[in-house]
Amino acid sequence: MLKTFRIGGIHPEENKFSAGKSIETIAIPSEVIVPLAQHIGAPCQAVVKRGEQVKVGTLLGKSVGFVSANIHSPVSGTVKKIDKALDASGYKRDAVFIDVVDDIWEESIDKTNSLNRDYDFTSKEIIDKIFAAGIVGMGGATFPTHVKLTPPPGTKAEVLIINGVECEPYLTADHTLMMEKTEEIFVGIQLLMKAVNVNRAVIGIENNKRDAIDKFRETAKFYPSIKIQPLKVQYPQGGEKQLIDAVLSRQVPSGALPISVGAVVQNVGTAFAVYEAVQKNKPLVERVVTVTGKDVTNHCNVLSRIGVPLRNLIEHAGGLPETTGKVVSGGPMMGKALASIDIPVTKGTSGILIIPTLEARRKQMKDCIKCGKCVNICPMGLNPTLLMTLTEYEVWDKAEKEKITDCIECGSCSYTCPSDRPLLDYIRLGKSKVMGIMRTRKD
Amino acid sequence: MNMMLMAVGVLGAIGASGATILYFIGQKFKVYEDPRIEPVQDALPGVNCGACGFPGCNSFAKACVEADSLEDLNCPVGGADTMASVATILDKAASKVAKKIAVVRCNGTCENRPDKNEYDGAANCAIAAQLYGGSTDCSFGCYGLGDCEAVCPFDAIHVNPVTLIPEVDVEKCTACNKCVVACPKQLIELRKQGPKSRRIFVSCMNQDKGAIARRACQVACIGCGKCVKACPFDAITMENNLAYIDDDKCRLCRKCVPVCPTNSIWELNFPPPRKVETKKETASVDA
Repeated sequence: MLKTFRIGGIHPEENKFSAGKSIETIAIPSEVIVPLAQHIGAPCQAVVKRGEQVKVGTLLGKSVGFVSANIHSPVSGTVKKIDKALDASGYKRDAVFIDVVDDIWEESIDKTNSLNRDYDFTSKEIIDKIFAAGIVGMGGATFPTHVKLTPPPGTKAEVLIINGVECEPYLTADHTLMMEKTEEIFVGIQLLMKAVNVNRAVIGIENNKRDAIDKFRETAKFYPSIKIQPLKVQYPQGGEKQLIDAVLSRQVPSGALPISVGAVVQNVGTAFAVYEAVQKNKPLVERVVTVTGKDVTNHCNVLSRIGVPLRNLIEHAGGLPETTGKVVSGGPMMGKALASIDIPVTKGTSGILIIPTLEARRKQMKDCIKCGKCVNICPMGLNPTLLMTLTEYEVWDKAEKEKITDCIECGSCSYTCPSDRPLLDYIRLGKSKVMGIMRTRKD
Repeated sequence: MNMMLMAVGVLGAIGASGATILYFIGQKFKVYEDPRIEPVQDALPGVNCGACGFPGCNSFAKACVEADSLEDLNCPVGGADTMASVATILDKAASKVAKKIAVVRCNGTCENRPDKNEYDGAANCAIAAQLYGGSTDCSFGCYGLGDCEAVCPFDAIHVNPVTLIPEVDVEKCTACNKCVVACPKQLIELRKQGPKSRRIFVSCMNQDKGAIARRACQVACIGCGKCVKACPFDAITMENNLAYIDDDKCRLCRKCVPVCPTNSIWELNFPPPRKVETKKETASVDA
């Protein structure tokens, strides 16, 4: 019997067209734009000046504050300027523009593909290396990894959960990485286990990736402390709290962190990035991106440097189809519609999804018929239709009592609503308002 | 007959004793209310909009009665007339706050600011603001989805269906501040109404550098600073590539208006009435 989380969940069409396609490398363009805010938390402070020479791996932005991550140059060349540039947030924010010259790497980086299994680091050394390399959660949330690996005082991690779920339809970046970099991911997991001082790790993989499960099981024979847990296909299983419930049958209380039930969750992509950072001294300068969509000619998984315009990746996949209605960064459920395709790849770009016009159009919103479908499928056990109404009428105290801040913004409610109501749009608005109110109360 | 008398007597006695008890309870728990509050509240508009900073007209009336002077108290909706009548009722000096009017500081009409993409999410500015900076290259301008219109209790602000920019009805606007708070781009400002409703303001909030701002919108403030130099009263300040006219210092001399290369400074209700229009035409011929 396959495990899954207990409350709610949906099963949208999977449409994983690019599954099984091997990783292709994207050519480096003549100019890259590296945004200084690629993670949740405070944006970086630029440490380079106009005209300065940089190599691959040179620090561009220094992390300021606890929740922040360093940003390194993904190319070698000259800093053209530091200016505002449009990014996936939809706003213009500070970014470093670099004119590319050759492809010279910092000497400390081992850029070979050879596997390096041996390590001799303490927990602190590993976390420091992860911090220095600017690793963030690669699943798309981009939360700085070193923060997650530093549990608050008084808490103790028992088990490390590795997220190989990739529950978003269309996306196959993690899947491909799992197939091609299996050993590296396992070494990365061991490093993460060492970093949080646990002797047990469970990798959760959804059952639609049979080949990955088999390959991981095969490899896990040599790593007795790492277990593979196949999971029933169910969205949003990749959510931290849902995955903990599915794998450990433990429920994280409302408002608490996963560490409160002894779990630390990391993505497989993060595990690979940790391997590269610790064993190869390689900062996070490239990532795997899925480029796909119903009318895309060449579905692909590409390895792209940070800062490359999405336009180049789309061109690699055969260019924008004529039917294009929307270009989304990320998957169809949680991804974000983009205002332009000239924005750069960032640490959190897990996929580029091109949706045809017919499907991209939102349908006319109709009245709520109180069918309760959204209540049934909400994986956090919330009442989405009530939360939307409370936001519309700005009843913030009631919205807070109804735990609007628990919403993980998975979009299952909007997906399932037969009246096509923009439930999540409103809930997200209400959530940010309520969080603002709660912050001012704390101050 | 006897029975009837008895019934009258018993019921009368019960009624009388009940009335006595009620009288004493009434005396014991009597709440004193200043008799002036009611007439003051009657003099107020009674919309309970909260523009004065109090929860409603009743609380504002109470505050007026309790305050020593009316200096800090102002009902923006009722304006000077209302405050004068409140002052007569209370026999205090009226506050002298100049009447204000909401102005929309964006002129990014479809013509001036071409669309680069299309938004088809929920028709709500605050929700659109969470997604992106706007359908044009200017990420400071109006979304045209009408949060201000929805929130206005006086039906005084309407999004023009052609230009997609809100327009304020000077007759109806009471400067209640609701649209100012509702606008996620902080485009709406309360400015002094001015004599004969004459006002001058910079109708732009774009803080991008000149070239970028101009490329995104024909009538953007490009931060050239010509108006700052032209102003004889130091009323104009330049911050983040954006000019701002301080309405306390501005004497409505209009010297800044002709020097603006992008016509982003607006003059309203000056004679000749549509001078802005003619100037715009010549500008487009030049361009």
